[in-house]
Amino acid sequence: MGASDFSRLPHIGESLLRKEDYRFLTGAGQYTDDVVLAAQSHAVFVRSPHAHARIERIRTDAARAAPGVLGVFTGADVAADKINGLPCGWLITSTNGAPMKEPPHPILAQGKVRYVGDHVALVVAQTQQQARDAAELVEVDYEALPAVVHVADAAAGTTGAVAGAALHDIAPDNHCFKWAIGDRTAVDAAFADAAHVTRLDLLNNRLIPNAIEPRAVIASYQRANDEYTLYVSNQNPHVERLLMTAFVLGLPEHKVRVIAPDVGGGFGSKIFLYAEDVCLTWAAKKLQRNIKWVADRSESFLCDAHGRDHSSHAEMALDEEGRFLALRVHTDANLGAYLSTFASAVPTILYATLLAGPYRTPLVHVEVDAWFTNTAPVDAYRGAGRPEATYLLERLVSRCAWEMGLEQDELRKRNFITSFPYQTPVALQYDIGDYPACMAQAQQLADVAGFAARRAASTAKGLLRGIGYSSYIEACGIAPSNIAGALGARAGLFECGEVRVHPTGSVTVFTGSHSHGQGHETTFAQVVAARLGIAVESVDIVHGDTGRVPFGMGTYGSRSISVGGAAIMKALDKIETKAKKIAAHLMEASDADIDFANGEFSVRGTDKKIPFAQVALTAYVPHNYPLDKLEPGLNETAFYDPTNFTFPAGTYICEVEIDPATGATRVDRFTAVDDFGTIINPMIVEGQVHGGVAQGIGQALMENCVYERETGQLLTGSFMDYAMPRADDFPDFKLGHVCTPCTHNSLGTKGCGEAGAIGSPPAVINAVLDALRPLGVRDFDMPATPHRVWQAIQQANPSAKT
Amino acid sequence: MQVQFTVNGRAASVDVPPETLLVHALREQLRLTGTHVGCDTSQCGACTVLLDGRAVKSCAMLAVQAQGAEVTTIEGLAAADGTLHPMQAAFKECHGLQCGFCTPGMVLSAVDLCRSHPDADAGQIRELLEGNICRCTGYQNIVRAVQAGQKAMASSA
Repeated sequence: MGASDFSRLPHIGESLLRKEDYRFLTGAGQYTDDVVLAAQSHAVFVRSPHAHARIERIRTDAARAAPGVLGVFTGADVAADKINGLPCGWLITSTNGAPMKEPPHPILAQGKVRYVGDHVALVVAQTQQQARDAAELVEVDYEALPAVVHVADAAAGTTGAVAGAALHDIAPDNHCFKWAIGDRTAVDAAFADAAHVTRLDLLNNRLIPNAIEPRAVIASYQRANDEYTLYVSNQNPHVERLLMTAFVLGLPEHKVRVIAPDVGGGFGSKIFLYAEDVCLTWAAKKLQRNIKWVADRSESFLCDAHGRDHSSHAEMALDEEGRFLALRVHTDANLGAYLSTFASAVPTILYATLLAGPYRTPLVHVEVDAWFTNTAPVDAYRGAGRPEATYLLERLVSRCAWEMGLEQDELRKRNFITSFPYQTPVALQYDIGDYPACMAQAQQLADVAGFAARRAASTAKGLLRGIGYSSYIEACGIAPSNIAGALGARAGLFECGEVRVHPTGSVTVFTGSHSHGQGHETTFAQVVAARLGIAVESVDIVHGDTGRVPFGMGTYGSRSISVGGAAIMKALDKIETKAKKIAAHLMEASDADIDFANGEFSVRGTDKKIPFAQVALTAYVPHNYPLDKLEPGLNETAFYDPTNFTFPAGTYICEVEIDPATGATRVDRFTAVDDFGTIINPMIVEGQVHGGVAQGIGQALMENCVYERETGQLLTGSFMDYAMPRADDFPDFKLGHVCTPCTHNSLGTKGCGEAGAIGSPPAVINAVLDALRPLGVRDFDMPATPHRVWQAIQQANPSAKT
Repeated sequence: MQVQFTVNGRAASVDVPPETLLVHALREQLRLTGTHVGCDTSQCGACTVLLDGRAVKSCAMLAVQAQGAEVTTIEGLAAADGTLHPMQAAFKECHGLQCGFCTPGMVLSAVDLCRSHPDADAGQIRELLEGNICRCTGYQNIVRAVQAGQKAMASSA
């Protein structure tokens, strides 16, 4: 079935209410911390108070003797058991041909600690309070070492202020890799001849993902059959199992079952294999006990992988008409103290390849230096590389427009790609899109025509008003496996779906993608119900359990429906093929004459027909069945490896109003027009956009992870200090959609989960700059907190205005 | 210490150390796990319950302080036959939840909000939800849900 046929099926495009909501609304959801196993003990981690220190001695005797304590483990125990460090999932090769520096990432620190919160010891006791009390008794002698915290300081080298702050022996200069893409020589030549060059330095501020459910793990070991069960708040249980068993603990995969039950938000932070997960699994066998660990929020701030943290210099060369000729970018990326699971892919493959944006920029060259610092590991957070790319490019494009005396929209329209497929100079091939249509609809919904009057009204009140644009493109459903492998990926990027038709015609679907708020139990059921012509209520979706789902790569990069859904569609194709043979037998016709539509099999050219449920029953009660030709049962599994990324795109327009006396910045209007291809459930898709936009505006206006520069202490270590967006920080968002169905999957879908967080930060900051430009403010780095905006106004130089 | 109180209409008695927070007594002693813990600074509101009808953060009070009180958790909001409370129904109808983790606290805050401010408009509802953080929905559909629940509660009152 092709994408255009699929989009016309019943239920596709219907805002069906969510099947999963009843349990969440009645307190019947089961998140990891809600699971209680028999004789469950509790784990607490002793964490480093220093950003960088040598561990001189650890004394655990008092802790071991404390009431209720079952075990205390340190790095020495890990080493004695020959437990490997945590692996990084993507190998980057430096421009000189050398592999990236891959220092050990032990699950409990060995010899040194490298960030505040680094894991020093594991204490297991009968109750959580006993474990906490005992953890206080673990004495660690540290010799503090100089810390390097800011990426610019790391890039400046290990002399001067950060002398002696080499984190890892194998990377004495704290440099992990230098990576580049594009034709440097051609780009330099284009710059030499350009009519106009725009230059911009910018920071992409570090963020803390802050899913509201903190990470949690329960590990269980069953001695009788040497098997483990791990409950974990995780976005990709099969990947967790693969990484942990194959790379760290050396266990046979089939002996470990990973269950990710209801998961209270992920946003990327629950993709990764964390030390806590491995420590508990390892300790469960050593102690022969079930062990639970639940992060408190303070631990989440310290130890969940953080996001963003780039420092970049960008330059665009243009001709007299404002056509982009070449883009040149250098980025220093902060990786934190260790390589987290996908850390190396984020500032390279997932970032630089998006820097062409939706524009015909014939030449692009991007160079990335990645650095270790004494901060928590940095990894994918909602959008993973694409928000960083879009922020840089869209800030630069608005700057180009202002410098050339053009409107922000005009310059974008002049440069939009309009013919497809389009091969960018940085590896990607966009299959389809309609960027001018997104812009036109956004301008209409945002009432851009009325902006001048609204600005005048603000001015009359003594307020500043600005409008900001952002036209993004993103790459979702990372693919295909063989190309990703050639680019350094150490895992496959397919998805798996199993469709189990029951004798009465109801269906259970097992998917390798994982829902942590995205509503898969509803959207996927719509897909299956539409395809089979049965009721949505007759379809149940199972996910998040390696013991039930054949295999899977999980949910990240907005891949669930386009890759996971396509795998299910493939399994449904197999179901249909087999079901037609059964129907042909029942109606005494040839297989080739059987049609299937609206849940009924019919014989072409006759009035003979039978419903899907009758075929299902026949498959399991094979009294009248072609047993000589066909196996009984109706159960099919498919694996789908996509041939290309999908490319959602859109234009976002933001209007802000700023009080120059206080710097208070209010988003007055926000419009998002996206092209997600086929939309299965508009209600759910709009909810995803709302959430993404809120996180993006959060980054632009208030969220900021701040470490003290000299000591590496986390200054934003709780919700008291880290500004999480609340309901009164936003207006209602206006949403619109353009649809150009993806050309290479059977649903025509593209992915919607991250778009909001990708497109919104530059729209907000461009609006802030548009408001402040008349005062002479040329640059502004996120977040636009009142204090920072007020400072920018005070320091503005009116003669510098563009 | 023994603490006696009413939880979701039923008498409950728990024996807890005096420093036990109400949220832990509910979750661990009574196995009412719909009340969630999302932070350790009483900022997120995932643990919100109704205490004598008013929304409180159950991580910000001791279990012993609930002695003699009437506590309603999310498990006690729907009717005995499982019919959703109008506010729960409004959250479903308006897609006011995604991962569901903040939802119990958000719904109970909304119930109290609508009882104490039956005429609050969308802007006031946004201000009154300041004690609850949602990371998934961007709040827009939560505000719509509270408005719908407000109407439904008014008409069923």
